[in-house]
Amino acid sequence: MANGCEGEPASCKDAALLDCAPHLVLDGIELVARTLGAESAILAIHDGPDGPGPRLRTLAAQRQGPVPVRVRGVPARYVASEETALVNFLSGGPATPTTSPPRPTDRGVGGAPTLVDNIETLAHIALIARNGAPWFRELGTPDLPGTLLVSIDGAVHTPGVVEVAAGTTVRAAIELCGGPSGHVQAVLSGGYGGAWLPATAIETPLTHTAMRAAGAALGVPTLLPLPSGACGLAHTARLVRFLADQSAGQCGPCLFGLPAVAADLAAIAAGSRDARHAHDRLRHRLDLVTGRGACALPDGAARLTRTALDVFSADLRDHLTGRPCLAAGAPMIFPLEFR
Amino acid sequence: MIKRLRVDPIACAAHGLCADLLPDHIDLDEWGYPILADGRTGRPLGRDDQRDARAAVEACPTLALRIEATPR
Repeated sequence: MANGCEGEPASCKDAALLDCAPHLVLDGIELVARTLGAESAILAIHDGPDGPGPRLRTLAAQRQGPVPVRVRGVPARYVASEETALVNFLSGGPATPTTSPPRPTDRGVGGAPTLVDNIETLAHIALIARNGAPWFRELGTPDLPGTLLVSIDGAVHTPGVVEVAAGTTVRAAIELCGGPSGHVQAVLSGGYGGAWLPATAIETPLTHTAMRAAGAALGVPTLLPLPSGACGLAHTARLVRFLADQSAGQCGPCLFGLPAVAADLAAIAAGSRDARHAHDRLRHRLDLVTGRGACALPDGAARLTRTALDVFSADLRDHLTGRPCLAAGAPMIFPLEFR
Repeated sequence: MIKRLRVDPIACAAHGLCADLLPDHIDLDEWGYPILADGRTGRPLGRDDQRDARAAVEACPTLALRIEATPR
């Protein structure tokens, strides 16, 4: 199964890849299908009235590969693109995560062992098959060879998707999108379940190891610079509210925990009289929601929140003493719509 | 083989019987859902605990509590 449905509003690289190089993705799917001796191949995408479905179905039908590639539309929802949710949906169930084990590689779509790969990985496989591994390794770093598709939005002049060599710095990637549109105080990386990176870490290379060492995560590569005038805590409160609304509502610690975390953050962001108590509760609740869901949604929300409390610690002190940022009530500058 | 408790977070509906039956191994969070001692993996079950653990597994109304055997 090729996963081409990004459940991350900040990411639009899968849509860009399917738009710009659909046959490269289909090449990768067919190569992997042939290598595994797969009986069927599925390309899972977000479809809709103006979606890429009709075009991709036409392109897939024109091919003479080892197995026909079926193009299937999946609901545009945060948890729907998680691999157990994809398997569940394409087996006739709801597009919500299931308890694993069993992993999809043991029991996947219709009970058959299923390999789920992101379409960017499959496009890379197609290029490696054409040009060889040494060619692929000409770019990138030894532990993360090749290129990355990075979605960039927020305080930049021209938001969009850029393809960069792995190991390119956060700053250089942002420069490719016309550079920051103002003074940047922090960058949200790895999507809404990702991590805040302080502006001092803007020279961090885009690799898993370097981003982890900087306290962030590469995750789904997205970079969202936050301008100095905006309130990082208020933005985090809204993002966690969004994540809470995206919960499938299956696991108690996520169903009850994320709205509670979002409410604590909102109280802090507003600098309310309850902010200090909210902060104490919040620290405790972050531990309660971590690692206790079937999918990684609650863990991501907790990571986002922890890094916000850390990166915006000076703001946090002001918010807790009744002096919230002037921009705490300003509109959110990051996208909340699915692409 | 080491035996540990495991909670299926989707199946669990916060009945809380497990925490009554195994207070040394299971605590409840503020919403009534079980927290395993030592985090997600749970503390290894001693020989004496295993009978109580099996009773808790059988008592769970939604079959969300399991005992898992792992090499370590």
